[in-house]
Amino acid sequence: MFLQVRQLSKHFPTKRGTLVALEDINFSVAAGEFVCAVGASGSGKSTLLRQIAGLDQPTCGGVWIDGQRVTGPGADRGIVFQHYSLYPWMTVQENVEFGLKLHGIPPRVRREQAQYYLEVVGLTAFAQALPRQLSGGMKQRVAIARALAAEPRILLLDEPFGALDLHTRETMHEFMVQLWQRTRLTVFMITHDVEEAVFLANRILALSAHPGRICREMQVELPDRSLGVMAIKRHPAFHDYRDELVRLLRQQGRADAPTPALVA
Amino acid sequence: MTDPARSQRIRDQLQPRRLRPSVFWRLAEDIPPRLYWRLVTLSILFPLAVWGLVTWVGAVDPTFLPSPGQVVQAAIRLGRSGELWQDTWASVGRIGVGFTLSALVAIPVGLLMGSFASVRALLEPLFGLMRYMPAPAFIPLLILYQGVGEAPKVTLIFIGTFFFNALMVMDTVKFVPKELIETTYMLGGNRVATVMQVIFPHVLPGVLDACRINLAAAWQLVIVAELVAATEGLGRRISLAGRFLRTDEIFVGIIVIGLIGLGLDLLFQYLVRLTCPWADAK
Repeated sequence: MFLQVRQLSKHFPTKRGTLVALEDINFSVAAGEFVCAVGASGSGKSTLLRQIAGLDQPTCGGVWIDGQRVTGPGADRGIVFQHYSLYPWMTVQENVEFGLKLHGIPPRVRREQAQYYLEVVGLTAFAQALPRQLSGGMKQRVAIARALAAEPRILLLDEPFGALDLHTRETMHEFMVQLWQRTRLTVFMITHDVEEAVFLANRILALSAHPGRICREMQVELPDRSLGVMAIKRHPAFHDYRDELVRLLRQQGRADAPTPALVA
Repeated sequence: MTDPARSQRIRDQLQPRRLRPSVFWRLAEDIPPRLYWRLVTLSILFPLAVWGLVTWVGAVDPTFLPSPGQVVQAAIRLGRSGELWQDTWASVGRIGVGFTLSALVAIPVGLLMGSFASVRALLEPLFGLMRYMPAPAFIPLLILYQGVGEAPKVTLIFIGTFFFNALMVMDTVKFVPKELIETTYMLGGNRVATVMQVIFPHVLPGVLDACRINLAAAWQLVIVAELVAATEGLGRRISLAGRFLRTDEIFVGIIVIGLIGLGLDLLFQYLVRLTCPWADAK
């Protein structure tokens, strides 16, 4: 297994005691798989992603990538956040090159790599634009290109389409499917959008809240996603998966005492 | 409970309060450019006109309030004799040296304070205290330590602006989104690279803005220093003119200080636009 999360727990000390954000999380992701963790706010899904990214250290257990324990952030994992994803003073091209620049890769190689990935995400025409001239969806595509340009072993997505309007979001979903089919990337994504998860993922981890636990693991078997969002969303299996997940998450919501979500 | 009578009563009370359209009193909106320029012209011409009128009708003794014409003549006189340039150059030079030194030290220190909570804990209490100590109060000490030459004036500007510069630079770092820093870590950046290549470019417009604001304080300080002890400089010119009741020269000095200050302010605004086009207001 490529990514392994074993017996991972994360506690946060608060004034009113310990908040258990994640408890005994176990799962793995095979190379080339697209896995989504779905949960309501307070389910600790962002916390989980931060442990995998190495931006935060788990209280117990750990994360292994290709047998190597994760001890901190590193370029073997590419990340895309929901907000503020681009360096506003750099052009699109400079943004995509930046990771390689940090590693001292010569300008010519950097440029070629950036041009290639800008072509992959369909933004070659915007290479010299500043981020503020781009729409929300384009910004996220640049952020994905920048993550990919550093040739990561796995792509970590932190609700990357959460701030986009519905139409752009669906376009981005189709874009992600094409990207994934073209590059055969390993992707781990977190989201609260159940339909997004069903459309994109091979496998879904449903997280319960307070404490965050994996309450269900679901293999998604749908026809070829390149048929497009409209076609897939009409498929009966799509509805079954979605309804099942919605039911699960609602149940969790009801079972929950109104504890304040300290970790979104 | 729905009560139609109550709804109607409330509706009756709310109806008359409508927002009338207005050009002049628009909250947080732009006014038409023509109106803008008219108001700007008015803001300059009106005080000038009042000044000219007051002196023209002879309401005030010209010894205390010279007319605009007299002030212009005094400016030409001082300009021809070369004194005005000499004084201006002396004051600007002191600010140039003192403020540049202050900014050169304060920007890296402020950047470190903003970036690292440890450095902040180490320096912020001290700087916060020093900031509230009025710099002119240090003049007697500086004269004791450094004599009456250029050194105490430059030092005064340095200590009078350094703490403000550092603390304001520190504050700009707060506005760097955490996501950008974490993205940089994930791309393989270490802390040095993150501070130099991400935090610094991100705060640069804010840093230049802080310098612009604190430059005004530098002007106050150089004049105060020159009023106390100097052989040349605009502050010296003003105090000398006062001694000989040459109010027209005092006016020249004050107006020149104002104009240079405004010029530097505009220069810094231009610098921000030039170096950080990405930070331009949309």
